[in-house]
Amino acid sequence: MNAVAASIRLHVTLPVQYVLRIADTCLIHAQRLAEWCGHGPVLEEDIALTNMALDLLGQARALLSHVGRLEGQGLDEDRLAFLRDERQYFNLTLVEQPMRRSSAHAPGGDFADTVLRNLLLATWLKGLWTRLGASADAELAAIAGKAVKEARYHQQHAGDWVVRLGDGTAESAARLHAALERAWPYTREMFSRDAVDIAAEASGLGPARDALRDAWLTEVAVVLAEARLAVPAETAFLSTGTVGRHSEHMGFILAEMQSLQRQYPGGRW
Amino acid sequence: MSTPGNEWPLWEIFVRPKAGLDHKHCGSLHAPDAKMAVQLAREVYTRRQEGTSVWVVKSSDITASDPGDKGMLFDPMEDKVYRHPTFYELPDSVNHM
Repeated sequence: MNAVAASIRLHVTLPVQYVLRIADTCLIHAQRLAEWCGHGPVLEEDIALTNMALDLLGQARALLSHVGRLEGQGLDEDRLAFLRDERQYFNLTLVEQPMRRSSAHAPGGDFADTVLRNLLLATWLKGLWTRLGASADAELAAIAGKAVKEARYHQQHAGDWVVRLGDGTAESAARLHAALERAWPYTREMFSRDAVDIAAEASGLGPARDALRDAWLTEVAVVLAEARLAVPAETAFLSTGTVGRHSEHMGFILAEMQSLQRQYPGGRW
Repeated sequence: MSTPGNEWPLWEIFVRPKAGLDHKHCGSLHAPDAKMAVQLAREVYTRRQEGTSVWVVKSSDITASDPGDKGMLFDPMEDKVYRHPTFYELPDSVNHM
């Protein structure tokens, strides 16, 4: 058997971290959505969720390849996706939270968490991709131009589900409300602003996160109103995945994602 | 598992292929309503670039001929070859019609 692959260590500049935040958010969100594969509530939605996971994975691949060039060590998308240590992932903390929690080893959650999270993230990504279409980085702008179409569809599909559950039965409304309460505290991180954002804004690489908030809130509020849900109050809690400090769930998701590349370095099939 | 009584309604899906002019029936699926049926049809039937437009029709809204009437309805046409325009002499210039 091959030696286990060692971790890579990135030189994380501000622009590298900016792009990795988006790439890792897409990557980990895709990984979570892929957990639905074969477990969807109905066959048609099972296919829809995995199609969405593949869209997000495609976005992550394009961004990681770009990170490989920006970072300078010539790392390819696979090594970037699978050989980093936890602290060098910079995704939003929301995407690493358990999604399909009604599995054998983690009972409790449901489909409402998934559709709600999809709405919050697709709306955020759509706003981000739209702004990145005008990035000073031509490669990033090209990736954004393709991804924004996918995000628009994800937002519509997720939003339609949120309305159907929120304005459905008492049971579905209660579950969706609980899902909103669980997810909302993690949304603050989507709009916090730090040195990475300031540098990206100044160089024209892309928008600072706080610049995305007003449009996001307006669009999410429209869907929530149609679903008969109130927009929750902002919380004091600020999650920190975008600076590499993750929740307790991240180690498990990375272990599952990385095990194959770690055990069979460079493996192809 | 849901019982047949509370399953989502069935929808017939018609997709217009890229180079095609008409929507062609390509299958059916379950969806809670028409709007969601369009989205799920997109997911199930156009994920390999099969189409550029989708129609959905509730299966229960389709009125079909009775298979038992097949003989009465369609067999009488068998010996009416004169309904095919094959007895005309075509000028050479349109010979490839």
